Amino acid sequence: MAAQGGQDRAGEEDSDGGSSTEELLLTPAQLIRSLEQAWLNEKFAPELLESRPEIVECVVEQLDHMEANLKQAKGGDLKVSVHRMEMERIRFVLSSYLRCRLGKIEKFFPHILEKEKSRAEGEPSILSPEEFAFAKEYMANTETYLKNVALKHMPPNLQKVSLLKSVPKPNLDSFVFLRVLERQENILVEPEKDEQREYTIDLEEGSQHLIRYRTVAPLVASGAVQLI
Amino acid sequence: MAGERVMELVRELHRAADGHLPPFRTEGLRQALEEMRALYERNQADVSEAKAGRTDLIFLIRFRHCCLLRNQRCVLAYLYDRLLRIRALRWEYGSVLPNAIQFHMSAEEVEWFNRYKKSLATYMRSVGGEEGLDLTQDIKPPKSLYIEVRCLRDHGEFEIDDGTTILLKKNSQSTYFGNSSTHHECVKATKESNRTQFTYCVSWSPLRCSVE
Repeated sequence: MAAQGGQDRAGEEDSDGGSSTEELLLTPAQLIRSLEQAWLNEKFAPELLESRPEIVECVVEQLDHMEANLKQAKGGDLKVSVHRMEMERIRFVLSSYLRCRLGKIEKFFPHILEKEKSRAEGEPSILSPEEFAFAKEYMANTETYLKNVALKHMPPNLQKVSLLKSVPKPNLDSFVFLRVLERQENILVEPEKDEQREYTIDLEEGSQHLIRYRTVAPLVASGAVQLI
Repeated sequence: MAGERVMELVRELHRAADGHLPPFRTEGLRQALEEMRALYERNQADVSEAKAGRTDLIFLIRFRHCCLLRNQRCVLAYLYDRLLRIRALRWEYGSVLPNAIQFHMSAEEVEWFNRYKKSLATYMRSVGGEEGLDLTQDIKPPKSLYIEVRCLRDHGEFEIDDGTTILLKKNSQSTYFGNSSTHHECVKATKESNRTQFTYCVSWSPLRCSVE
């Protein structure tokens, strides 16, 4: 496809293709594929997934490279248009990905901040440092507002409210569609009702399933399955 | 009946569809808080009597406490839901809200909005290199590269984000390199100035041409 070929050519023109920030060398095509995978996973997962700062940084670098190349290119209008279209598409996917994350941060802010607070030392964070700052500001802003407008005018025993209890949690039991990327064996499926019993399933590579998110959450995080 | 006034607030918000923001009911909120104060005072009085021996008051005390909790929950739900609607307005209208909407917001809500937009701006600046990435653009996937703009009335000069200035005269029609932010600018110009109307037809994308 013309766009894909054009994408690779644009990548080859600049030498590092944005791989300087991580150990893995990704071609631009692979980078965009990782971005799309992260984007789809984030869209369909009910909870906030691990932050992927390396992908975001590399994609931004890639977009800057493409912009610089296009400014220099004197080629026919068509080549420039194709590359520009590709840039628009990539920018859209990146914006959509970040917007999706911000939306979830705003929706579940007490739970996300609580999870971050109780995170162990070596564990990866679900929030980038900028997202963390944003989440804290959002929480402080909302808490101050509610306190000043309502809570401080209420009787003494009702002036505190636990946002952790009032704001709804993400529903981890919602069903998601997925495609299996790496074969998995003996995945334990918890029973939904008391009458059912738990059972194990094997996930064949390339197969597609509709399953409760809670069962496959670790597989999404590890990249063994792709939400669709 | 206890909790009636606060339910009125909640009901009005529930009826307002599509994220529409009704005016802030200061009086309604004040009455709800006043009701809570009154309930609490009566409970205080009754608690001391109950301790003195009148255990038949305990049910009444519990009932009033439930009313207090319900009032608290409804008041917070009302305020929080309004905040969510105001947040959505930032994404729809941009940093500057139309006057009509600002009239419906209380001073504290305006303050919340200002702090939210500042926080959002800081975040967007931190992403995406030097200038940051404006996440409120590119809401829809890009469909075509060019937009064709037909000007119905004189608008004069108009600058799009890549720096080029376009002269818009009545009945002129031209094609511009339209990315989504240009589209956004055109739509904004349409909304803002009542004098000008754009109709634009999205023309074919050269991409389709190349695949064939």
